Amino acid sequence: MTDDASVLPPAEAAGAAPTDTGPAPDRGRLRYDRAILEAIIAGSPAVVTILAIVLALVLGALIIAFSDTAVLHVWGSFFAEPGVAISTAWHSAAAAYSNLFAGAVVNPHTIAAAFQGGSVGAIFYPLSQTAAQATPLILTGLSVALAFRAGLFNIGAASQWIGGAIVVTYLGFGLSLPPVIHAIVCLAGGFAGGAVTGWVVGALKARTGAHEVIVTIMLNYVMYNLLSYLLGTPSALQLPHQANLTSPNIGANAQLPHVGGPPPQVGVGFLIALAAAAGMWWLLARSTVGFEFRTVGANPSAARTAGMSVPRTWVLAMLLAGALAGLSGAVTIQGTFHNLNFQSYGTYGIDGITVALLGRARPAGVVLAGLLFGALNAGSTVMSAATSVPVDIAEVIEGLIVLFVAAPPLIRAVFRLRQAQRGGMAAVAKGWNG
Amino acid sequence: MELELRGITKSFGSLVANDHIDLKVAAGEIRGLLGENGAGKTTLMNVLYGLLQPDEGEILLDGRPVTIRSPRDAINARIGMVHQHFMLVPVFTVAENVALGAEPLRRIKVPGLPALRTGLLDRGQARRQVVALSERYGLQVDPDARIEDLPVGVQQRVEIIKALLRQASVLILDEPTSVLTPGETDDLFRIMRELRADGRSIVFISHKLREVQAIADQITVIRRGQVVGQRPPGTTDAELAALMVGRSVELRVSKDPAKPANVVLDVASLTVAGQDGAVPAVDGVSLEVRAGEILGIAGVQGNGQTELCEALMGLRPAAGAVRLDGRDVSGASPRERLHAGVAYIPEDRQEDGIVADFSVADNLVLDTFDRAPYSSGIALNLSAVRSQATSLVAEFDVRTSSIDTPVGTLSGGNQQKVILAREVGRSIRLLIASQPTRGLDVGSIEFVHRRIVAERDAGAAVLIVSSELDEIYALADRIAVMYEGKITGIRPPTVSVTELGLLMAGAAAAVEGDPA
Repeated sequence: MTDDASVLPPAEAAGAAPTDTGPAPDRGRLRYDRAILEAIIAGSPAVVTILAIVLALVLGALIIAFSDTAVLHVWGSFFAEPGVAISTAWHSAAAAYSNLFAGAVVNPHTIAAAFQGGSVGAIFYPLSQTAAQATPLILTGLSVALAFRAGLFNIGAASQWIGGAIVVTYLGFGLSLPPVIHAIVCLAGGFAGGAVTGWVVGALKARTGAHEVIVTIMLNYVMYNLLSYLLGTPSALQLPHQANLTSPNIGANAQLPHVGGPPPQVGVGFLIALAAAAGMWWLLARSTVGFEFRTVGANPSAARTAGMSVPRTWVLAMLLAGALAGLSGAVTIQGTFHNLNFQSYGTYGIDGITVALLGRARPAGVVLAGLLFGALNAGSTVMSAATSVPVDIAEVIEGLIVLFVAAPPLIRAVFRLRQAQRGGMAAVAKGWNG
Repeated sequence: MELELRGITKSFGSLVANDHIDLKVAAGEIRGLLGENGAGKTTLMNVLYGLLQPDEGEILLDGRPVTIRSPRDAINARIGMVHQHFMLVPVFTVAENVALGAEPLRRIKVPGLPALRTGLLDRGQARRQVVALSERYGLQVDPDARIEDLPVGVQQRVEIIKALLRQASVLILDEPTSVLTPGETDDLFRIMRELRADGRSIVFISHKLREVQAIADQITVIRRGQVVGQRPPGTTDAELAALMVGRSVELRVSKDPAKPANVVLDVASLTVAGQDGAVPAVDGVSLEVRAGEILGIAGVQGNGQTELCEALMGLRPAAGAVRLDGRDVSGASPRERLHAGVAYIPEDRQEDGIVADFSVADNLVLDTFDRAPYSSGIALNLSAVRSQATSLVAEFDVRTSSIDTPVGTLSGGNQQKVILAREVGRSIRLLIASQPTRGLDVGSIEFVHRRIVAERDAGAAVLIVSSELDEIYALADRIAVMYEGKITGIRPPTVSVTELGLLMAGAAAAVEGDPA
């Protein structure tokens, strides 16, 4: 701990220019530039994250290039024609990434087509795909992030997702309600289902001191097998007269619509995810409950001394974290798949941990990280259709990003940055022995 | 081997943990190093063992200067250390633990060639070494027992064996008795005498007067990083206690005589269980504090003061009755007590008092954020939080660049001012302050003291716990002394240092009628 009052925030140290000298506009610009430069050199958390993404993309490009048989073939005669070898490798990676970009953000051909009377909407189609892919990731990411801010490692977004999805599916095909109302009832059901699953974890920790990491991991197995049982039992969730492990489709009124303009449109689920992120920001930054969450997360003994109930905070934080993961299950079922099976279950629960990590457990960060992963997922489908690069490369890049983000000293060493200030990512990366 | 430390100085930031310490220990001598927690004993020994590098000073062994940059250097220089917290692998056996770091390896003997070392551990050799040392010094350690199955006292002997096996002729024991039962302590002392008879030097670090008296050949007292005296073991406990807590700096606060009014805090036979459950940490304490007076609790640290404060705040389960303004709050939660008008300055500032990553403003509402005007229902009222922070920072002279600065970057004195501002910045009935000025500079100490007296004059009841006698004398209107969980006496502030020293050493009954 620093004993001295002389420590200034770096921005102040860097940009503390006298106010009475120099022409104002130039001065302002200079300070702005210097602040950015200072942030890069000092290796602020945001900079480290961006550099981690860059480094992961570079390594991803190498992997793409050197898993391409055509590239390997020309590299066999590298010493005869080094230029050809390098340019082939470059083109292989460039083709993969341009298709990835076209599938995730915007395809230049659709812009050209729009000028020649084609559909303007088509320009935005890749972005709508990215948003759809990002939706459940943002919500499970928020789930992990919220728990983390209260000092808890929620490894159980997967089980909470299932808890929510089971309730949603039952309500979705079992009830018959008017439009809008049915969808809202299902969303509430998903919220509640996840909340109950999360509450179990918080209550066990508060009452018995059981470590939430162990409990959530075990509950993941319990809920996974419960789902498997329900989907395989005709009297439970299984679609009648079917051998497949899949539920019936939920009613049309329970499905979440898409809104906005002619196709492509954005799913209501994505708007719900954004609203959840905004809600979580408000909770943490502007509410008494969030203040308790943050205090318990940052220093539980000071929280206790200040009269806060640490166990009660744990329970509430796990309940809300579970609810967010349950909501992820709800929007996946109601907005995308319309039925529950292991395909719709996917890997959102586990991916939520990496999204939260990349987003530094901040709501806005989680949204950005979710969008990045959503973009990689959406783009990789297009990429693998257009080139010989498999879809899995997206997951490799995602994995590399998280690896680098979790190891800030590595990034600093690679890019020769100074030692970062206290706090930041180290707290997230250092482990869960809290 | 003769050990000499010359002018050892070590500072951490602005805190000088060791200030030109000289220490000379002869071969075959047991030296008691006496001082309170935080006096700098452990820092000094960590310097000697190579865990810390001194800023100044030198270490001499048998008159020759040595450089010790790491524990390995220390081991090579034949210095051994038994840490307060053992460095043992719980699931390994005694022999395996002893072998760690100096593993005996199997040798292959081929006729005509020198013995070849293999990479295989020679467990038999490790066992034999343990048995030999165990017999020589009467340690009674089974080489095949697993560490986790052994009582703490035996684990400690394993640590001693580790040091002996590395040929240590200077042995440092850091608070070795803090984890031992009285019986185990006697065993340890017997072993220490055996080692002394063998010509080894022992540095025995402790803050317990009696033990140092019982075993040491010479006692060196350290206070605030400086050697304040060296005494033979026959010295009175009172003198040693006075040396430990010191009275070098004259601190006086100008204050009017107290005008005690009605009883605010009434504690009746409060008992708090100890760490091991055997001896209570607080043992049937009864006291009362009136509005407009300061009750100071003196005593050598670790005699139940911390537990008493935490029990009064509801942070620790306790038996007995606590009444606040006549209302029984024994079952009340910390929050309920805070809301009832109790202010609390915890002993461990960093751990319990502040959230280092939070801003000054957030720390200033840490226990009032859920009340008006800082919140309306569930929403925080940030503008109220900020305006409160701005006025408190000005009023309490907190030196910070802004109210948004993380409080962890402030100096200790300013952190304490933030806590003080938070606690007394609202209307209070009772202020409990534990070691309120520990580690602060003189300026901050003065400020904190003046504010505490101001709270008294405003009609609050004040309970101060301090192991600094100066502070007790400066503030208290009545002085209670705590020893081994009990109040050994309550005296007016005119009491002599000698008498307080005796009370602090547990001599309650003897003093009652004594005019000393």
